[in-house]
Amino acid sequence: MNILVPLVVAIPLLGAALTLALGRRSRYQVMVSVLSLTAIVVISAILLVLVDQNGPAVVHVGDWQAPWGIVLVVDRLSAIMLIVSALMLLGVLLFAVGQGIVDSNRETPVSIFHPTYLVLAAGLFNAFIAGDLFNMYVGFEMLLSASYVLLTLGGTGARIRAGVTYIIVSLVSSILFLSAIALIYGATGTVTLALLAERIPALPGDVQLILALMLLIAFSVKAAVFPLSFWLPDSYPTAPAPVTAVFAGLLTKVGVYAILRTQTLLFPDNQLQVPLMIVALLTMVIGILGALAQADIKRLLSFTLVSHIGYMIFGIAIGTQAAIAATIYYVVHHIMIQTTLFLCAGLIERIGGTTSLARLGGMLKATPLVAVLFFIGALNLGGIPPFSGFLGKVALFDAGVQVGGGLNYVLLAGGAATSLLTLYALARAWNMAFWRPRRDVENYDSAMLNALQDDPHDEGTVTTKTTSPLMTAATATMLVLTVSLTIFAGPAFDLAARAAVDIEEPSTYIDAVFPGGTP
Amino acid sequence: MSASLTLVVVMAVMYAAGIYIMLERSLTRVLIGFLLVGNATNLLIFIMSGRPGSSPIVTGTALDDTMVDPVPQVLMLTAIVINFGITALLLALIYRSWWLAQLGDEGDTLTDEHAAETSEDSEVTFRSSTDDEAAVQASLDASEDGSDDDSSGPDATDRSDERTPTTGDREGGN
Repeated sequence: MNILVPLVVAIPLLGAALTLALGRRSRYQVMVSVLSLTAIVVISAILLVLVDQNGPAVVHVGDWQAPWGIVLVVDRLSAIMLIVSALMLLGVLLFAVGQGIVDSNRETPVSIFHPTYLVLAAGLFNAFIAGDLFNMYVGFEMLLSASYVLLTLGGTGARIRAGVTYIIVSLVSSILFLSAIALIYGATGTVTLALLAERIPALPGDVQLILALMLLIAFSVKAAVFPLSFWLPDSYPTAPAPVTAVFAGLLTKVGVYAILRTQTLLFPDNQLQVPLMIVALLTMVIGILGALAQADIKRLLSFTLVSHIGYMIFGIAIGTQAAIAATIYYVVHHIMIQTTLFLCAGLIERIGGTTSLARLGGMLKATPLVAVLFFIGALNLGGIPPFSGFLGKVALFDAGVQVGGGLNYVLLAGGAATSLLTLYALARAWNMAFWRPRRDVENYDSAMLNALQDDPHDEGTVTTKTTSPLMTAATATMLVLTVSLTIFAGPAFDLAARAAVDIEEPSTYIDAVFPGGTP
Repeated sequence: MSASLTLVVVMAVMYAAGIYIMLERSLTRVLIGFLLVGNATNLLIFIMSGRPGSSPIVTGTALDDTMVDPVPQVLMLTAIVINFGITALLLALIYRSWWLAQLGDEGDTLTDEHAAETSEDSEVTFRSSTDDEAAVQASLDASEDGSDDDSSGPDATDRSDERTPTTGDREGGN
């Protein structure tokens, strides 16, 4: 079983090398990347089942025992993240392939797309299975470097401008992360998470606080937590639709995963609860207020993305077992729904020629299927029963009520308001783009629409109006997956609860890495 | 843990200077700032290995107290490689944004040959090169006459007068 663990990183990397070598034959490239991601889906499904039954799978790379060597650990949380991200990556890849077929590789140098995409996947998986902080840093850097290339794909003016902001912000957070690792090593003499879990609580309180804060700030930039979220709505929407979908779904969640992992395992009794809660509230409310002012669907979705990160931070701040379980469920829900909605936005852009609400109309008649897809996705994100968005929020609020206290109730109110405002923003977008008759678009005069802010980088109407069936099929399949998270909410929530037990009791994790006791 | 004061001071200066330069608007300065801060972080990792000592893993030497901690060196090596890759990417990005700032998106559709063909000053370029050849020929003829100093002097100034504006135009067009 342990042989499967390194494969989740090795297969995408080998695939990247192969696709690079096959640069001139796009059909083989597609085959290699689809096959490698399918393999990862299968492997992570097996890993999830095995880890759920037998406890964490641990690999000491090169048989160098921890804490001297690199250790890879897959516990329930990692396995859940692995399978969800592998499924999303595969779905988006199929969408991108569909788009590439229609475009006949016109817009982007596709020979670069597949290798970069696979490196991104490898980095993502590496960050999830890393058993030490430094390996997690390497995983982050792999996926970030790949994301720099994907974001600036084609090198148009708008993408370069957006890319520069994104790259510099990411670099600063990476340097902060690395400095934090150096200080942690200086304070404890190790970077292995399992050993740190024992040594950090022995440090003086103020040293712990500084280390916790440094890691928190570094990860918050990646997770787009307010006030470190300013870069996201300006950079994500300019990328090609499939790239934006992957970034929105997965890149911010790696940050959330890292916050969850480090704050619970390394700093179990820190004093950051109250600041985290305030930050969570601000992230939710300010994010969604930003979304209300947007006329561009992709920018609107980017702001809802920032806003909903607040729910996860809220869950981490509460920190009880129920709250962690709710957070894990919510992370899974949010990865799936945000990716699907961005793919829908990609479809809208292809069919309607734009994503600006000022110029869209009559889409219901043009594409009833996309209308239904976007509608269900919007209801799900807005938290309408019976969808998973509702279930996740209820579980989160329930955990908050169990703890009680004034601040928790303020956050509850903020969360409920954010949920309603999300629904409002998305329903408005749906009304304007799909419900409004096409002939009304010209000379449409409304104070509301005039008050909205359009995309400053808007490049006008896209002329390609064709979509391949593969694009629609990929989006529809992803939506079915998100709905199945609702249908199988019982088993999924039980799994999340078991993962939360592991997190609350780090001894499982530590014993798995050091079977003979910590050195 | 003991650390060298010199290293700490150097690291602090590099961090401070790097962060200061990163706040500039120019991308090239941001890159320089990133390099400084990145290397300051490498120094920080290095400082964390503590006091100096003998080389860590050499065949024949047993584990002893004078050995330095090898782990920070490994971390540093990886960090240097990552920084190197990111620097290369940033350089490409800076070049691309410079290119776009000079030409806009139209720049992509022009190759070097097309630039000369389509630009309005192509005739000027063409004519000036014939003039150049004529001037060279004239100076050669003059030198064959044996009166180098008298004839080649004005020729040379004529040539440079004509060439300066055209090369300027061509640079602007590229």
